[in-house]
Amino acid sequence: MATRKSPEKSNISKDELLHYYREMLLIRRFEEKAGQLYGMGLIGGFCHLYIGQEAVVVGLEAAAKEGDKRITSYRDHGHMLACGMDPKGVMAELTGREGGYSRGKGGSMHMFSKEKHFYGGHGIVGAQVPLGAGLAFADKYMGNDNVTFTYFGDGAANQGQVYETYNMAELWNLPVIFVIENNQYAMGTSVKRSTKSPSLWERGAAYGIKGEAVDGMDVLAVKAAGEKAVAFCRAGEGPYILEMNTYRYRGHSMSDPAKYRTREEVQKMRDEKDAIEHVRDLLLQGGHATDDDLKAIDKDIKAIVNESAEFAKESPEPALSELWTDIYA
Amino acid sequence: MTMIEAIRDALDVALAQDPEVTVFGQDVGFFGGVFRCTAGLQKKHGETRCFDTPISELGIVGAAIGMASYGLKPVVEIQFADYMYPAYDQIVSEAARLRFRSAGEFTCPMVIRMPTGGGIFGAQTHSQSPEALFTHVAGLKTVVPSNPHDAKGLLLAAIADPDPVIFLEPKRIYNGPFDGHHNRPVTAWRSHPLGEVPEGPYTLPLGQAVIRREGAALTVLAYGTMVHVALAAVQEGGIDAEVIDLRTLLPLDLETITTSVRKTRRCVVLHEATLTSGFGAELAALVQAECFWHLEAPVERVTGWDTPYPHTNEWDYFPGPARVAAACHRVLEVK
Ligand SMILES: Cc1ncc(C[n+]2csc(CCOP(=O)(O)OP(=O)(O)O)c2C)c(N)n1
Ligand SMILES: [Mg+2]
Repeated sequence: MATRKSPEKSNISKDELLHYYREMLLIRRFEEKAGQLYGMGLIGGFCHLYIGQEAVVVGLEAAAKEGDKRITSYRDHGHMLACGMDPKGVMAELTGREGGYSRGKGGSMHMFSKEKHFYGGHGIVGAQVPLGAGLAFADKYMGNDNVTFTYFGDGAANQGQVYETYNMAELWNLPVIFVIENNQYAMGTSVKRSTKSPSLWERGAAYGIKGEAVDGMDVLAVKAAGEKAVAFCRAGEGPYILEMNTYRYRGHSMSDPAKYRTREEVQKMRDEKDAIEHVRDLLLQGGHATDDDLKAIDKDIKAIVNESAEFAKESPEPALSELWTDIYA
Repeated sequence: MTMIEAIRDALDVALAQDPEVTVFGQDVGFFGGVFRCTAGLQKKHGETRCFDTPISELGIVGAAIGMASYGLKPVVEIQFADYMYPAYDQIVSEAARLRFRSAGEFTCPMVIRMPTGGGIFGAQTHSQSPEALFTHVAGLKTVVPSNPHDAKGLLLAAIADPDPVIFLEPKRIYNGPFDGHHNRPVTAWRSHPLGEVPEGPYTLPLGQAVIRREGAALTVLAYGTMVHVALAAVQEGGIDAEVIDLRTLLPLDLETITTSVRKTRRCVVLHEATLTSGFGAELAALVQAECFWHLEAPVERVTGWDTPYPHTNEWDYFPGPARVAAACHRVLEVK
């Protein structure tokens, strides 16, 4: 039985709560389906699921406006769905098909959408962080008030290029929000075994960057922190760091012996902190929705996810000639 | 023994016999390495000898160079060769040149291990073969074993070597001698003669190639996974080829190569890495310079294509037995 503490009374609107519920559930069901397709051999290679961390991207997207940019690591499916990319195109990239966002050339870790200002999934840990500063530089240069969400993990936070980027971002007052998705583990290495910093966001202080830690399992807290950071950056006050304390329920990638943490630890998180259950409680206990309402949403989501899986199975494999395209102009 | 076990065994021996040896990298200590090459070593040798690092490739390699110049013998693991690039500056600008610029006063006796190569559906960030980036740099040695027996002996030689050694481990053959037939089951090392690994310490000298198969009609030069692809290709194609496993790219055993090519008069060079400026270009140039008057046909190269390593079409990219056999036939047909 869940031992979540009952939610405080909130004055968040029904529509907003339903939106969070839908968006987070879409990511979770999509990822579960991706896991199944992987198990069936339809997806191969490296595939990193976002299950458990849904509140982070959904909360931050709720604080974004048209024109804002986002860039992240290889654990990128949730980010793409949350910024409105088509689940069919994402799933078909996972299966390496022509209908995928990168026409089967990128795979799970490498997808992009100019339309949605999604500057990619990046497979090399930390590599996207300086790029995020560059995007923010470009927006500032063009004189608009867009911001860039630059996501990276607790493990990535130990890459030197993150600190080169912090220094430049603050030096140039760039409108970039560094979002550290601290899910407590980098593969099999827990944060405690990779750093003595008590908290990762505080490292920004050495460069003059403000920031804060956020309960990344609470979509409302994420949204509130996101709004604050966005306002700060839009006002030209420069970069900001949000350290999202979150948790991944599944293995690092599809091949993970799971020997570095206990089952109990994972179960406790699911029972006590699950972001979707939290919103579900708010909806039900606030009288905003009935069980049947939520079941109808679940059904919708299932249909969207199944449709994406069908598309991803039926889309043809890219022609061999694709191998030699998109290397040079 | 698998290649993973052989590498672990070599590290175990080195840790046991030499207090100056340390083993570290991402997920290497507590977790035992993503490929399990260091499993159990921390438990056995303690946290000061075998330990984890943060995800900081530049820092890992740079710190190892400092330790090495002091006199320790660090053996570091870069989780996949594809993650090496942040450390490349340290490898090239510091490790490779310390001896030269200090006129021999300081040296860098370290080993950098990294899994390389494709065939595991790892796409562009988990499949690269960057050996030419190392062989191009004076001051580095580059080793590529093709089996468990050699992996142990070469790794122990690399650790004992007074210079920085890049030790590339073709991950596709960690568990068995993959020959490029991706839709057939791979035999296990346990049923392969080179899966038999002697106990305790032994070294294989760096710079010594080995003839894996004798033949008279042409010479195939290969290393790592491609040795097994070559053997399968010539066997199945009924080609009377001499297959040479280079084992170390630098120092290179030119004598074994030229002796063979002068005998067979034809040569095909293989690697998984992209063609242009690959190590095969160096081999082809050396063979034509040393064996020009003996050659009956131009040297052919069979390699990965000049594209990023793809996510789909992996088996069109990978230079498998069909491509190797076709090249051998072309070279044999030249009159
Ligand atoms: C430069 C580099 N080093 C190592 C890796 C291998 N690797 C992939 S993900 C990962 C862990 C990263 O952890 P974290 O930043 O916390 O992100 P999470 O996976 O938890 O989302 C490692 C070590 C890599 N892809 N790139
Ligand atoms: Mg993490």
